[in-house]
Amino acid sequence: MHGVKLSGVTKAFGATNVIPMMDLHFDEGEFVVIVGPSGCGKSTTLRMIAGLEPVSGGQIFIGGKDVTWAPPKERDIAMVFQSYALYPHMNVAGNMSFALRLAGRPKDEVANRVRKAAELLELTEYLDRRPRDLSGGQRQRVAMGRAIVRDAYCFLFDEPLSNLDAKLRSTMRTELAILHKRLKRTMIYVTHDQIEAMTMADRIVIMDKGIIQQVGTPRAVYNSPDNRFVAGFIGSPSMNFLEAELAGSDELRVCGKGFDIPLSPKLRAATERNSSREVAIGLRPEHFSIKGAGGSQSSLFAPINLTVDVAEYIGSSQFLAARIGDQPITASIEVGPDSAPLESGEYLFDTNRMYLFNRKTGAAIA
Amino acid sequence: MSIRALSPYFFILPAVAIMVAGLVYPVLQAFYLSLYDWKIGTKFEDAPFVGIRHFIRMVSDENVHESVWVTLRFGFWTITIEMFLGVALALLLEKPIRGASLFRTIFILPLMISPVVVGLIWRYLFDARIGWINYYLGKVGIEPQVWLGNADLAFFAIVFTDIWQWTPFIFIIVIAGLQALPSEILEASKIDGANWWQHILFVKLPMIRSILLIALLLRLIDVFRALEVMYILTGGGPGRATELLSLHIYNRAFETQQLGYASAISVLLILIVFALSFGILVAGNPLKEKSDI
Repeated sequence: MHGVKLSGVTKAFGATNVIPMMDLHFDEGEFVVIVGPSGCGKSTTLRMIAGLEPVSGGQIFIGGKDVTWAPPKERDIAMVFQSYALYPHMNVAGNMSFALRLAGRPKDEVANRVRKAAELLELTEYLDRRPRDLSGGQRQRVAMGRAIVRDAYCFLFDEPLSNLDAKLRSTMRTELAILHKRLKRTMIYVTHDQIEAMTMADRIVIMDKGIIQQVGTPRAVYNSPDNRFVAGFIGSPSMNFLEAELAGSDELRVCGKGFDIPLSPKLRAATERNSSREVAIGLRPEHFSIKGAGGSQSSLFAPINLTVDVAEYIGSSQFLAARIGDQPITASIEVGPDSAPLESGEYLFDTNRMYLFNRKTGAAIA
Repeated sequence: MSIRALSPYFFILPAVAIMVAGLVYPVLQAFYLSLYDWKIGTKFEDAPFVGIRHFIRMVSDENVHESVWVTLRFGFWTITIEMFLGVALALLLEKPIRGASLFRTIFILPLMISPVVVGLIWRYLFDARIGWINYYLGKVGIEPQVWLGNADLAFFAIVFTDIWQWTPFIFIIVIAGLQALPSEILEASKIDGANWWQHILFVKLPMIRSILLIALLLRLIDVFRALEVMYILTGGGPGRATELLSLHIYNRAFETQQLGYASAISVLLILIVFALSFGILVAGNPLKEKSDI
C-alpha cells in the first residue's frame, strides 16, 4: 500500500518556478506514465524522485520511507535513461552487475542474477561485448537489464524509447509491458509520446507548465478530459476545438460559424451549472462519419458541413484536412479501403461524444 | 593506379614532407654525426670516421649510466606526483563551485611562463643566502639549507620545480576530459550506489583513461627533453646529481666539444623515448579508445 508519494513538492531553478506545487501518489506495483510537452517538468519530477535533483520544498516517500534528502543509492530505485547511460568501459555483464558488485553481493548471486536478467532480455550471447559493439535496441535492453538485476522497489524510466526507431519502439513497448507484469514493481515512466502513455500505463499523469492537469486511467483521460489541454494532448490525431456560443433556452444548442448543433441531454444538464455562454467545443477526429453509415441515424448524430481541403487515403479510413465555417479541423473517417476520395459536403457528428470547455478557463464543462 | 586512388597520397604529401624535413632528417643526421668524431670549429670533412665506436663507448660509460638513472628517477617522481596532483585538483575543481574558475586560471599560470624564466625564478627562491625559501623556513625555526649545493636537495629542487610547472598541464587536460563526460552516466553510477571514491575510481577515471594515457605520454617525452630549467637551476650539479640525459648531451656537445659522442647519446635518448611511447601506445591505445565516449 506504500508506493511512491510526493507531498507538496516544489522545485525552482533560481527565480524560475518549475514545479509550483505537486501532490502525487503512485500505488505499489503500478505502472504510471507521466506525459506532457517538453519543458513541462516531467523529467524534473522523475529526477527528484530519483534523488538526482534536490527538491525546493515538500517531501518524497518511497515505500513509506521519507527519502526527501536521501542520496539516490538509499532510495531503492533503478533508473533507465534516455541515452541508456551505459558504462562504456565495461562489458554488458559488467554494466548489469555494477550495482550488485558495489553493494558487495556474493559472486555467485551476482552471476546468477545477471544470467537471469540476460535470459529475460535475450542478451545472453552479448554478455562479453562492450556497449559500443551493440545496436541501439540492444543497448536499451542492457540499460533495462541493469535496472532489473537491482530488483529495486521502484523503477524509473526517463524517455527510454525516444532514441529508437518506430518499429523497435513498439516492440520495446510490448516488452516493457510484459516486464512490468512479471516484476510487479512500481514503475514510473516519463515520456512526451502520448501513444506510449496510452498503451502502457495503468494510470497517466498529464503535466503542463509544472502543473498536473489530470491523473487517471488511459480510458478516463481519453473519454473525460478535465480540461482543454488534456483533451488536446491525449488522442491521435488530436482533438479539434471550435469557438462557439451557447444559444436557445429550452433546447440548448451550440452555434458558431458554419454549424448549429443541438446539445445532448447530458451536455444540457452540464451547461446549466456553467454561467458562461462562451464555450469551445471539442470534436475528436474519429467521431465524424459519413451519412448513411451504420447506426448513424440515431438522433444523437448531428449533420455538419465540412469543406474538405485534402483527403488523405490511409487504407481503411481517410484523414480529412477540412474546415467548418472558417475554423480548420481534422477528421478521420472510416469508409473502407475501396472508397473514392471524400469531398466537401454534409457529414455527421456524434453529439454524445462532443466535449464542451469554458473558453476562458479551459476547464471541461462536460 | 588511377588519379582517384592516388589523390589521398597527394593530400597527405605536405604533412609527410614536413614530418620528413622536421623530424626524420634531424634524427638521421644525428645518427650520421654519431659515426664521426667531430669538434666544433673544425671542418666536418676533416672529422675522422669512427664507426660505432661511440656506441660501444657509451655502453660502458658510467657518466651516461648515471645520467639515464637520474632521468628515470626524475621522471618517476615528477610524473607520479604530477599525475596524482593534477587529477586530484581537476576532480576538486571540476564542479561549478564559486571561485573555481579563478582557481583554474591561477593554476595554469606556471604553464605560461617560459622555462628559462622558471629556472631563474626558482634559482633565486632556492638560493641559500638570499632565497625566500630559506628565509621563510628560518621563520619557523628550520636551519637554512644549501638547496642547490647538496646532491639530494638539488634533486628535490628540480623535481619540485618541474611539478610546480607541469602539474597544471595534467590538470588542464584532465579537467577538460572530466567536463566532457556525459552527465547521465555519472548519474547512473550514483543510482547504482557508487560512493564518492567508487564513483571516481570505477566510473570517472576509467572513462578518461585515454586522456590520462595521452597526458602521461606527453609528460614522459617532456621529461627526456627537459633541459632549460635544470640548465639554469643547477647546471646538472652538484657533481652529476641533477644531470638529466638531455643536459648530459648538451654538456658533452658544447662544454667538452664531443659532438659525435653527444649525437650517439642522443640516438640512445630517441630510442628510449620511442620504446616508452610505443609501450604506452600498445598497452593503452588511447587513440582507439576515444570512440568510447
